Amino acid sequence: MRKVYSDIDNIDQITGNVVRLKACNVGYEDLAMIESGRGTSLAQVIKLDGEQVYLQIFAGTKGVSTGDRVRFFGHSMKVSFSENLLGRIFRGNGVPRDGRAPLEENMIEIGTPSVNPALRVMPSHMIRTGIPMIDLFNSLVESQKLPIFSVPGEPYNSLLARIGLQAEADVIVFGGMGLKYDDYLFFRNTFEKGGVLHRSILFVHTAADPVVECLLVPDMALAVAETFAVQQNKRVLVLLTDMTAFSDALKEIAIIMEQIPSNRGYPGDLYSQLAKRYEKAVDFEGRGSVTVLSVTTMPGDDVTHPVPDNTGYITEGQFYLRRGWIEPFGSLSRLKQLVNGKTRDDHRAIMTACIQLYAKCKESREKQAMGFVMSNWDKKLLGYGRRFEQEMMDLKVNIPLEEALNRCWQILAEFFNPQEVGITERLIEKYWPKKYGKD
Amino acid sequence: MANSVGKIVAIYGNMVTAEVNDVVTQNAVAYCCKRRDGVKLKAEIIRLRGKRVDMQVFESTRGLVIGDTVEITPDLLSVKLGPGLLAQIYDGLQNPLPKLAQSCGFFLQAGVYEEPLDMAKKWEFTPLCKPGDSVCAAYHLGWVPEGIFQHKILVPPYVVGTWKIKEIVGTGQYCIDEKIATLVNAQGQEIFVSMTFSWPVKLPMPGYAERLLPEQPLITQQRIIDSMFPVCQGGTYCIPGPFGAGKTVMQQITSRYALIDIVIIAACGERAGEVVETLREFPELEDPKTGKKLMERTIIICNTSSMPVAARESSVYTAVTLAEYYRLMGLNVLLLADSTSRWAQALREMSGRLEEIPGEEAFPAYLESVIANFYERAALVKLYNGSLGSITIGGTVSPAGGNFEEPVTQATLKVVGAFHGLSRARSDARRFPSIDPLESWSKYQGAVLPDQIQIAQNVLRRGHEIAQMMTVVGEEGTGIQDFIMYLKMEFFDRVYLQQNAFHEVDRACSLERQNHVLSLMLEILEHEFSIKTKDEARQFFFQLQSLGLNWNESPWQSASFQEIESKIRKLLL
Repeated sequence: MRKVYSDIDNIDQITGNVVRLKACNVGYEDLAMIESGRGTSLAQVIKLDGEQVYLQIFAGTKGVSTGDRVRFFGHSMKVSFSENLLGRIFRGNGVPRDGRAPLEENMIEIGTPSVNPALRVMPSHMIRTGIPMIDLFNSLVESQKLPIFSVPGEPYNSLLARIGLQAEADVIVFGGMGLKYDDYLFFRNTFEKGGVLHRSILFVHTAADPVVECLLVPDMALAVAETFAVQQNKRVLVLLTDMTAFSDALKEIAIIMEQIPSNRGYPGDLYSQLAKRYEKAVDFEGRGSVTVLSVTTMPGDDVTHPVPDNTGYITEGQFYLRRGWIEPFGSLSRLKQLVNGKTRDDHRAIMTACIQLYAKCKESREKQAMGFVMSNWDKKLLGYGRRFEQEMMDLKVNIPLEEALNRCWQILAEFFNPQEVGITERLIEKYWPKKYGKD
Repeated sequence: MANSVGKIVAIYGNMVTAEVNDVVTQNAVAYCCKRRDGVKLKAEIIRLRGKRVDMQVFESTRGLVIGDTVEITPDLLSVKLGPGLLAQIYDGLQNPLPKLAQSCGFFLQAGVYEEPLDMAKKWEFTPLCKPGDSVCAAYHLGWVPEGIFQHKILVPPYVVGTWKIKEIVGTGQYCIDEKIATLVNAQGQEIFVSMTFSWPVKLPMPGYAERLLPEQPLITQQRIIDSMFPVCQGGTYCIPGPFGAGKTVMQQITSRYALIDIVIIAACGERAGEVVETLREFPELEDPKTGKKLMERTIIICNTSSMPVAARESSVYTAVTLAEYYRLMGLNVLLLADSTSRWAQALREMSGRLEEIPGEEAFPAYLESVIANFYERAALVKLYNGSLGSITIGGTVSPAGGNFEEPVTQATLKVVGAFHGLSRARSDARRFPSIDPLESWSKYQGAVLPDQIQIAQNVLRRGHEIAQMMTVVGEEGTGIQDFIMYLKMEFFDRVYLQQNAFHEVDRACSLERQNHVLSLMLEILEHEFSIKTKDEARQFFFQLQSLGLNWNESPWQSASFQEIESKIRKLLL
């Protein structure tokens, strides 16, 4: 512990969650502790100007007085790293939320520099989730960063929780930002019931918590994930929800610090701030990996809103969650080509054929809506579309990739002739269900 | 000039302010010395006000304390030039990333800077002139072999006036910092020249006799670019597009198949994963021009999105300075910057910290002139000995929300010679390259006759109008002639404008082939078909299209190529 500042009127400005005081020998981004009548809170240095130190108070400034004591630690924010983290739940500031003892051993720095691009390797392992719309049509790849774009009312959190339960990962690190308390309980209970809590670590900021803690959640989660990957060769899956809440917290602080907003009030460095977090997704050669799956809610279903827009430029694809299912159009995993050639030889062909036919079905639906006469071909497509939605797109469907492929063949054969689906002869020969024959 | 020393008085993000009582140069390099761990962080001076010096730091400023020392050098932010640049992977400050990986491991470390060039390597020097010869700036004193090129050893471009060679070494093996020649001027002043010199990245490099008008087309082997929207060697073009429209894929394809001497890729603030593809694949792929490995003609400047923002700003300047150096050897260089929007955002972040009055969308008011200055560094030039060298700059733009009205796109469009606008609608429909043929333009004269392009463009425009009409009145309400025009447009789009980047033949289409194919395409577009019904017309064009696609996939002038061509011609009879 360094010097304590406790003079009366040492703090001379309090705006929003930021206080200003006089102190010397303080490092940029150093951590501090402020003791006010309402308890203690951690704080971080966000600006230094001569003797004036600007502190961002994690617990908020409600009840902070000008005479409060401030202590500086002489280092930046850290988090404890050990096996003991597994199964634990923390707040954004690292304080346990589960009523168990705090962890203080082996403190590691958060928000550290990026990986050297020259040491990255091409991603090559698929992560199976048991959700056909992901495994089959837009495979998730180890070390990928992929957001779920969703309107606020969609079941994005249950989708994220399910992926957490079912994905092949050694360690799950969950970062919740701006969660409703109910949602937090939902995640906790789901992980517990699903039997994955013992290999999970949760950093949770609820909507009721001070907004500054929200900013720490991704850095805490990713620092822990990165260390598990590098030091213990673990394959880590990081789940982050909701990155829009994180961006809004950034916006709030930027405005308090009188930064000039660039687009709808968001700070000009929103892209860099998001990229700094997402780019932590890396496959470490000869070690473990970090995969990031996040939720970005789109206010007003508007993909040009600054948060989804900047996110789209950073991430390697996106899943659109609409009307309760993952949209096949617009959803994209940019890395799927690296893995889906190695699963089963019909994977790519089925992927393309099913989506093309579903696109044609949509055209037929439009024609139908405009009152045009439906041809036999249209009727086939309409039937196919209904079945495809029920048996593939519905989020309740929970089957391994191979079974999903077989089911696709089944649906295709039920409605079409082999020459109508645009799949090469060789695969038709091998996989077309025998009982339907070849014409 | 010795270093000046100052003390830090303010820190905010990556901007540090120091008080200095000594001589300070604008844009000079400074080092912030952390007293806690002794690490020195590189910075650039960007504003001077009285004793207060504002610097942008190229690393995270975490842990700096008020009162820490700042060492200010007299040198501007510079790059080191000399043999050994090719095939290197640098960050925005010319740190070789593979070497950093050896010294620091997986993660980048603040304050670690490595020598950009191999100082110990011996190069085989061959002189091109002898004592007594008159020389000037950028004169070729000799050469060393660097991969497939004769790397010319230049009189540094900062040398002013005419000098005489007093001494020059003979053929032999030399390190890059060994003395190669002694020059003397009329006043008896002497200077020494080695194989390396430094140049400040933000100053355009002189040393050429004059700028010329770009006239020689740059062949990218992409039909839609070379035929419809050509780019000339020494010209500029931009590729704006929303995310997912295929900007980076366009850049990768160009960097692979363009017929040019040297390609410099500036990966500026984009995904690290995409650079990795280039890093891992280029050492394996073949250069279409020489048959050697692509990496031998490539330099990668890699400052991806999670690397420090200030270095992102300097990375495009680093790239263009390296390009200017090779241009002075009489080589043609293609510089691909992906993405200039991220670079503009870096300017915006710094401008915000400096509390400058913001322009549109908080970009600084000088955004336009900065972008213009950058693109103006591309040019075709004549050297002192009459030979030509060029820099072509192609920059991607990532407009917020895919809206081309935003400031960076607009500022770029004012200064470039060609515009390859990518459209989300085309990429959603899997029409690649997704360059919008109706919106894009080029001011350069390509290798295809303007009359021919006019015919194709008329069909595209007319066909597109009909397509829009058909969405309202349906196929029933469209006349057969209009319907055929629509099918012609779709056919030309599918068979000529679209190109399969993953097919081993179709991915690169030589100019000779383009001219041959295009003339047949135009025959089809201008042909008066006497088809009676729409079904018949559709069937006919389906047939034509599938022939056309197979034609694209047959090797140039192979038996199958000629066979398909005669089949197509037969259909036209």
